Amino acid sequence: MRQSWLVGVARHSILIAVAVMFLAPFGFVLLTSFMTSEQALTSDWWPSSWHPENFVTIFTQVPMLRYLGNTLMYSVLATLFMLLSSVPAAYALAKLRWRGSNATFVVIICMMMLPPQVVTVPLYLMWADVGLTGTLWPLILPMLAGDAFSIFLLRQFLLTIPADYLDAARIDGCGEWQVLLRVVLPMARPGIAATAIFQFFFTWNDYYGPLLYTSESQEYWTLSLALSQFKHLHHVEWNLVMAATVLVMAPVIIVFFFAQKAFVQGVTLTGVKG
Amino acid sequence: MAATIAGVTRPAVPSRGVPHRRRADRRRWRHRLTVLSFLAPALIGISVFLIYPLLSAIYFSFTRFDLLTAPVWVGLRNYEHLFGSDQTAWKAAANTLWLVAFLVPARMLAALATAMLLTTVKRGGSVFRIIFYLPALAPPVAATIAFVFLFNPATGPVNELLAVFGVDGPLWFDSPEWAKPSLVLLGTWAVGDLMVIFLAGLLDVPKPLYEAASIDGASSWQKFRFITLPSISPVLMFAGITGVIQTLQFFTQAAVAASVASGKATTGGGISSTFGYPDQALLTYPMHLYVSGFRFYDMGYANALAVMLFLVAFAVTLVLLRRFRVFVTGGERG
Repeated sequence: MRQSWLVGVARHSILIAVAVMFLAPFGFVLLTSFMTSEQALTSDWWPSSWHPENFVTIFTQVPMLRYLGNTLMYSVLATLFMLLSSVPAAYALAKLRWRGSNATFVVIICMMMLPPQVVTVPLYLMWADVGLTGTLWPLILPMLAGDAFSIFLLRQFLLTIPADYLDAARIDGCGEWQVLLRVVLPMARPGIAATAIFQFFFTWNDYYGPLLYTSESQEYWTLSLALSQFKHLHHVEWNLVMAATVLVMAPVIIVFFFAQKAFVQGVTLTGVKG
Repeated sequence: MAATIAGVTRPAVPSRGVPHRRRADRRRWRHRLTVLSFLAPALIGISVFLIYPLLSAIYFSFTRFDLLTAPVWVGLRNYEHLFGSDQTAWKAAANTLWLVAFLVPARMLAALATAMLLTTVKRGGSVFRIIFYLPALAPPVAATIAFVFLFNPATGPVNELLAVFGVDGPLWFDSPEWAKPSLVLLGTWAVGDLMVIFLAGLLDVPKPLYEAASIDGASSWQKFRFITLPSISPVLMFAGITGVIQTLQFFTQAAVAASVASGKATTGGGISSTFGYPDQALLTYPMHLYVSGFRFYDMGYANALAVMLFLVAFAVTLVLLRRFRVFVTGGERG
């Protein structure tokens, strides 16, 4: 009895120690974001005076609102477009019988696994031809033609919906589109939510895409590109960089807390069931 | 059957079977059109954003092309340069392979350890699960900037803490030896996504197996070795292979770390001038590709690098598809 109590304490001490290690970087970032720029350059970790106005300064010193707007435009449109194109495709792959469906799914897996850098140069040239390099559209418009990872994830979700419900609707005379819209969509809401959140996070966090297309046109920069622009003569104003870092992290963490359950279910499905 | 092939023995008077078959034909065509209506956007996506650029990359890889003048066919010259004289390409490939060899196992070990730790708690498990998961949510650019700041050799809290224990901390992101291990620490910190997958796998292992083993007097290690590991090995395998593919694309963290640590501290335009800092230690293969294409405008050569990256990534994908065939065909249709 006594021994198991000791084991329990030891186990929880390990857990708490690991939790502290995971949380500490967030703590340092948050504390630094309230410092003066001079103190941020020292090895202090507790602010000697608190400067919440840093969070205002990041908006006045650089066009942060514009970067925020660009990031939101990219994330929201890319997520909406992805849903429009990928939900029907996932439905056809999970719930319709047709020759070549496995082969198509294999191609989609290959597309999902393809390092984006492989096709970067030809795609860049293609968008340059239509004059859209220097904007975020080369990242948003392709979402109208399906996103491989989202199709994959949605298909895994749709496979878990029993065929009986769909057959019942078909017997009642529903066409496949009606089956999708009236029966499958309401049932797959958690899966669709998880996929949408993934897409939103991916685009919100994306760096390679915006760097490739907008690095030379600052008016289209996203937050990822703008994060570390705070410089005073020769030294970096770490307090402001950290304030901007908090600003970028906050929405992701807030969305996560609201949609935790769907989100964790989604992460689990990106693995393979043993 | 013969009737439809030769058209000679077709009976003059339509038999009762034909309108039936015609109706079946029509239904089949309707079904095909329905499927197509669902898939049309994705099929366009596959042709425009996968097939076309792949073929195009292969073609450009045999040309010299600087964007200003038309591509000139040069045969294998780009590949000769890649395999013969481009030291930087080899350095970059070695860096990427180093990350594959150390980052992937480190992340898997950390994910397995934290997931197993979580299975042992009875109360408060969900709170710890959220805390362990949080770093995986941090945007990579933000997380990398934060890590470079925390691991700053002179003023960062990490070396400060090490000094308390009498350890003289390394230069981390500023040292050619420690820069890649620093990135491994960053990747291990953000291990939550993998941990959640492993946790689900661990919770799927049937409890009676452990109970039976306990009755037989098995030690914890034996239970882990002979029950846990075999049960979750498909999950581990899948995570390992996808981890390798992700690491082949490793770009953002290395680019941002080099830029911030070098003191240039820009994540926007001009970042590629710091790629590789310190001493090419953080130059990954995709970064070398990016520099060749978009800094030196050597599009032909960049595409030769791309084709090699494709071949490696595709080979790994094939391993995945072969090993997890069930994963593709499995599941119920309705």
